[in-house]
Amino acid sequence: MTSDPGNQPAGPEQAPIDTDLHSATATSGPPVRDRFRDTGSAVLNAVVQGSPAVVTILAIFSALVVGALVIAFSDSTVLHAWNSFFAAPGRALSATWNSIAAAYSALFEGAIFNPHTISAAFHGGSVGAIFYPLSQSAAQATPLILTGLAVALAFRAGLFNIGAASQWIGGAIVVTYLGFAVSLPLVIHAIVCLIGGFAGGAVIGWLVGALKARTGAHEVIVTIMLNYIMYQVLNLVLGTPTALQLPGQANLTSPNIAPNAQLPHVGGPPPQVGVGFLVAIAAAAATWWLLERSTVGFEFRTVGANPSAARTAGMSVPRTWVLAMLLAGGLAGLSGAVAIQGTFYSLNFQSYGNYGFAGITVALLGRARPLGVVLAAVLFGALQAGGTVMQAVTSVPVDITFVLEGLIVLFVAAPPLIRAVFRLRRTERAGFGGAAKGWNG
Amino acid sequence: MTTLATEIRAPAATNRRMLAAGTFIAFGLVDILLFGLFSHPGDAAFALSLSGASVTVPTIRIAGWVPYIFGALSILIGIARATVITSPGLRRLAIAVVLFFFVISLLIWSDTGSWTHGIPVNVVTLLQATLAGSIPLILGALAGCMGERAGVINIAIEGQLLLGAFMAAILASTVGLWVGLIGGSLAGGLVGLVLAAFAIRFFVDQIILGVVLNLLISGITGFLYDRLMVTNAQTYNSGNTFSAVKIPGLGDIPIIGPIFFDSTIILYIAYAAIIVVQIGLFSTRWGLRVRAVGEHPTAADTVGINVLAIRYRNLVLGGLLAGIGGTYFTIGSVGPFGKDISSGLGYIALAAMIFGRWTPLGATAAALLFGFTTALGNFLGTITVPISPALLAMAPYAATIIAVAGLVGRVRAPAADGRPYVRA
Amino acid sequence: MELELRGITKRFGSLVANDHIDLRVAPGEIRGLLGENGAGKTTLMNVLYGLAQPDEGEILIDGRPVTIHSPKDAISNGIGMVHQHFMLVPVFTVAENVALGVEPTRTLSIPGLPGAPGLPTDLLDRGQARRRVRELSERYGLQVSPDAMVEDLPVGVQQRVEIIKALLRDASVLILDEPTAVLTPGETEDLFRVMRELRAGGRSIVFISHKLKEMQAIADDVTVIRRGRVVGQRPPTTSDSELAALMVGRAVELRVSKEPAQPGGVILSVRDLTVSGEVVPSVDGDEGRNAVDGVSLDVRAGEILGIAGVQGNGQTELCEAIMGLRPASGAVRLDDKDISRDTPRDRLRAGIAYIPEDRQADGIVADFSVSDNLVLDTYDRPPIASGIAMNLQATRDNARKLVAEFDVRTSSIDTPVGTLSGGNQQKVILAREVGRQVRLLLASQPTRGLDVGSIEFVHRRIVEERDQGTAVVIVSSELDEIYALADRIAVMYEGKITGFRSPDVPVTELGLLMAGARVSDSDGSDGSDSVDSDGPPSDGASGGGPSGGGPSADGAQEQG
Repeated sequence: MTSDPGNQPAGPEQAPIDTDLHSATATSGPPVRDRFRDTGSAVLNAVVQGSPAVVTILAIFSALVVGALVIAFSDSTVLHAWNSFFAAPGRALSATWNSIAAAYSALFEGAIFNPHTISAAFHGGSVGAIFYPLSQSAAQATPLILTGLAVALAFRAGLFNIGAASQWIGGAIVVTYLGFAVSLPLVIHAIVCLIGGFAGGAVIGWLVGALKARTGAHEVIVTIMLNYIMYQVLNLVLGTPTALQLPGQANLTSPNIAPNAQLPHVGGPPPQVGVGFLVAIAAAAATWWLLERSTVGFEFRTVGANPSAARTAGMSVPRTWVLAMLLAGGLAGLSGAVAIQGTFYSLNFQSYGNYGFAGITVALLGRARPLGVVLAAVLFGALQAGGTVMQAVTSVPVDITFVLEGLIVLFVAAPPLIRAVFRLRRTERAGFGGAAKGWNG
Repeated sequence: MTTLATEIRAPAATNRRMLAAGTFIAFGLVDILLFGLFSHPGDAAFALSLSGASVTVPTIRIAGWVPYIFGALSILIGIARATVITSPGLRRLAIAVVLFFFVISLLIWSDTGSWTHGIPVNVVTLLQATLAGSIPLILGALAGCMGERAGVINIAIEGQLLLGAFMAAILASTVGLWVGLIGGSLAGGLVGLVLAAFAIRFFVDQIILGVVLNLLISGITGFLYDRLMVTNAQTYNSGNTFSAVKIPGLGDIPIIGPIFFDSTIILYIAYAAIIVVQIGLFSTRWGLRVRAVGEHPTAADTVGINVLAIRYRNLVLGGLLAGIGGTYFTIGSVGPFGKDISSGLGYIALAAMIFGRWTPLGATAAALLFGFTTALGNFLGTITVPISPALLAMAPYAATIIAVAGLVGRVRAPAADGRPYVRA
Repeated sequence: MELELRGITKRFGSLVANDHIDLRVAPGEIRGLLGENGAGKTTLMNVLYGLAQPDEGEILIDGRPVTIHSPKDAISNGIGMVHQHFMLVPVFTVAENVALGVEPTRTLSIPGLPGAPGLPTDLLDRGQARRRVRELSERYGLQVSPDAMVEDLPVGVQQRVEIIKALLRDASVLILDEPTAVLTPGETEDLFRVMRELRAGGRSIVFISHKLKEMQAIADDVTVIRRGRVVGQRPPTTSDSELAALMVGRAVELRVSKEPAQPGGVILSVRDLTVSGEVVPSVDGDEGRNAVDGVSLDVRAGEILGIAGVQGNGQTELCEAIMGLRPASGAVRLDDKDISRDTPRDRLRAGIAYIPEDRQADGIVADFSVSDNLVLDTYDRPPIASGIAMNLQATRDNARKLVAEFDVRTSSIDTPVGTLSGGNQQKVILAREVGRQVRLLLASQPTRGLDVGSIEFVHRRIVEERDQGTAVVIVSSELDEIYALADRIAVMYEGKITGFRSPDVPVTELGLLMAGARVSDSDGSDGSDSVDSDGPPSDGASGGGPSGGGPSADGAQEQG
């Protein structure tokens, strides 16, 4: 009754026919591994058996390969070269290689560093320019860290929060309003706005948790629907002059927030780090502490891993759901806050962007761990920063980064696939097998 | 888990009657206090035929005070709902009548007075737009039914629509319209196959999988759009469309003809799909087996039914339908592909399926309702009525939340929905 | 049709579920298969039905060996099975369920060609499906309406639907796996009537049960299996005591050295505890029975109350109700304080240690480390936590201490508990629960599936707890365990306590109580109302002694 098949897809070799007998066999687990094995063979073992980190790296590699093929074979030069493949096979291959190399090196230069800036620095150029790509990547990563945390935190409590986009809007609306309609001193204004953003997102998240706890409404459906409702709310408030619309404008955009509410950049341009990035890192650290070191997080993780055992141990499962969604919503709201306060200064559909949905991929790639989320967000932020440069330099559209993100996560989600492709030994169940269940709970 | 879920489910049934009654009365009050009190002098005109139609139907004029009557009737229905109405059929009828009164009152209010300058509300155009706009919703929801009735959650409807739209556009430009239609369909089927393989073979969580596939397809189509279509619009995105085919005889019937029988081939495919899937699921051997697999796969297995084969097959077949639904966005209506042209309608299709309780007919009705709110919103947008179209656009989503929260009757998914099957 | 199983052996890992089992079923025979839970009955029948493949042995039909790889093969060989958990789709009608897999379809006659063969379609012929059900229902007096929705039917009727399913597939041999486990006595009588009619029609039936009186009432011949082996074949006229002894085995192999109990004051007091079962609406006004039905019991400090009974008679629900995990009516008092309205957390705090029956599902979080599992219900209290901050060092200290004290064999305290053996997992739970100050230890099936070493350890710790003055309740379907541990025995049957006994009660008498027989003990008190609250139970409540099997059994037959 308490173990549903969706939760634990057992291999056919287990054959739990007679339940009584099965419990007898299942309890004799695998032998405990010898932990005093030498390091070299441990690394080899991790690679051959496909530990999560190895699978992630192979997934990224696979995605880059597929992405390269997509880039090359949507290039008209390459296609033309292949049309005359039998006449000049070398030309087809070199055209393919050139296309891929140009795109990926531009991507790298935009995301991490551009060798030209170093030689330029020797010839009187700015030293800071060397770090410009990295600061761009960090800026792109900032909102992603927070929406990624919003999805990851809920994940750890067993909830699939697809609604970071709606919670982002909830936060952003509050932030924008507080930002231009209220006048407060420096620092305080920015802090009030951050808190407001957290609260705005938390309200939307709370609604999801409360509906699930009280009525059993599946959080996935509710969050999907709230995404669109909040999108229309954004439409509404940005189109209403008495709400957020910039007066005297037909465009759907808000006024700029007051300078006091804006988050400054530290380090001085161009190698600069937005305070928003620091806020996001702090939020990741706080989330880590909450999840790994606090009683609240212990409850989240227990409910997420085994709600039945959590209940037996005296925890309140519905209360945990509500609190987890509230905090998750708050983090997504905070993402709205740092995006508005640190980057865009006004709310419109451009600043709304894609952070909520990208947060899902970030959380999945980061395996719902705060540190993993930060790394995944930085990776995706770098892809996006690099993608923008790549588009400018090679006219390969920046959308390839979404393809790469999707592919990476798809491969990470199916370790058996990666293991099969790379002929790794162990086969085990999927990476995200136990997180969410069917509509019926 | 089952015990946990049932224990937490609140006793919503006890309040449902009062909630429904209260909602009806609220609608009635809006009819009276908003559309009645703020009405303008004069009549509202409703045109029932298109300009230039061979047989014209006279325009209907309704006085501005009619919303008062509708409002009063809605309140009476609300009171009756709280007291005497018990049968499920009457309950549904009551919802339909109250909604109908509300919409007509809204239209009367918007057409009297200065906004439309005496131009009548063209009911035929409005309903034509409703039907056309519902095509992707209907086909997407049918795809959802096919998958979920067999026990696999399909959130990738959005991706199936989008990829279908893209393939249709590119193939229609490079090869031909019909190839575009078939290619769009196959694209949807391909997404279904990928979904099936990852969900059934690799046990990847189906909800996560659907979301990731949607993001991936959004990325791929967006990339190829920028890469190929923007620079080479003439070659890859010429914008060919099917033209409307009027069905001889039926198409000439006043009112009904132009709405139902004068459209592109895709609408007719949708008609056929509704009938085939409805009859298929509920009246054939295939459907019985599919539903058994979705409800109790072990029971199906013990009578010799191949559970996994049925799941694979249904996801691919559903994908083919959703792919056709996607072709509507390009070769069925505007022509050229645009980034994220499906604009989240796949998720509304999912909502329509849930709203329609996992039945093809119910999903179709819900899709039409959602399509109508969109058409109405567009229409009100054109006559600059002071109602934000955003409010109307929210309605389907809000309704779905209310539905899954159990406030309007219990919604029950197939019992094994979302659970991978492993033979004991 | 004659069915024969020869030398069937089925292993799960190191465990031999079926050990060279031979079974012959003659045409028109009701073959009883008697054995305890876990004796290997269901495994044997799953082998026969193609749900499991035997490691050795063969299946013969009318003397010819057949291979059965799937239920499909079994069906085509004329074997039908009514599973313990019904294989019915709840939201389908009876006719649909019966038709599934062998659906009648319509052929469209071509208009204008009256003589021509029709066009086969995939359309269901519901009329024929209904007719088939109605025919079979009438022929065997099953009284099943083809249009009823299965989920609306009482379990007894659902079972008849399963029988119709098998009959429609022309099963010559029908396997009924614990068919009476879910039935009320009236429904059981109906089932027996149906079985006799099927036998009269020439079909054979394999009737699986652990209830003696049912074997005697319906079987033509009884095969008894224990621990995967056939241990005897007896006619149904065999006495209860002989069958019970065969089924359970005489030897009580596990002995725990323990001093006589020295009971103190009452710690746990349960009065009229009732848990409603899965309520099934019924046509004949037969309410679904309560899972726990008016149970009253007292447990004193320093004594072990063993609750014996066949699984599924309300023991699980009783434990969960005492823990507050399941809504219940009646009173639960701990140390004379009413805790009936307390949350599970409050009850744990009040001093109950709880070892749940389903270790994997309710007892541990498999992905968590040993140390985290050891604080699963103390994580938010000092010394583990101060405020909302958890003290990692305290958690680790706690884990080190308990791992050493309870001899948990793990490579480290950070190892995920799911990778430990069952015995070590259970030690983790035990350590967590009794590692803190407790007044009552409530342990459900505490040694299920454990190796002998772990069983001994768990038993020893439980006795130690008792000796420290904790009140202990042990629920077990293993009689060996009950005998080894209990200072007083209560037997549960169908949600009621059918009797309290002292641990020197003969095994046959317990067997009878477990099968629902009312055996009056020498006190004259009877059944669920007897609360042995006055005085220690060592007063020899059941005076019959080891030789008392005979008269008690006679008493049971009078009542049955």
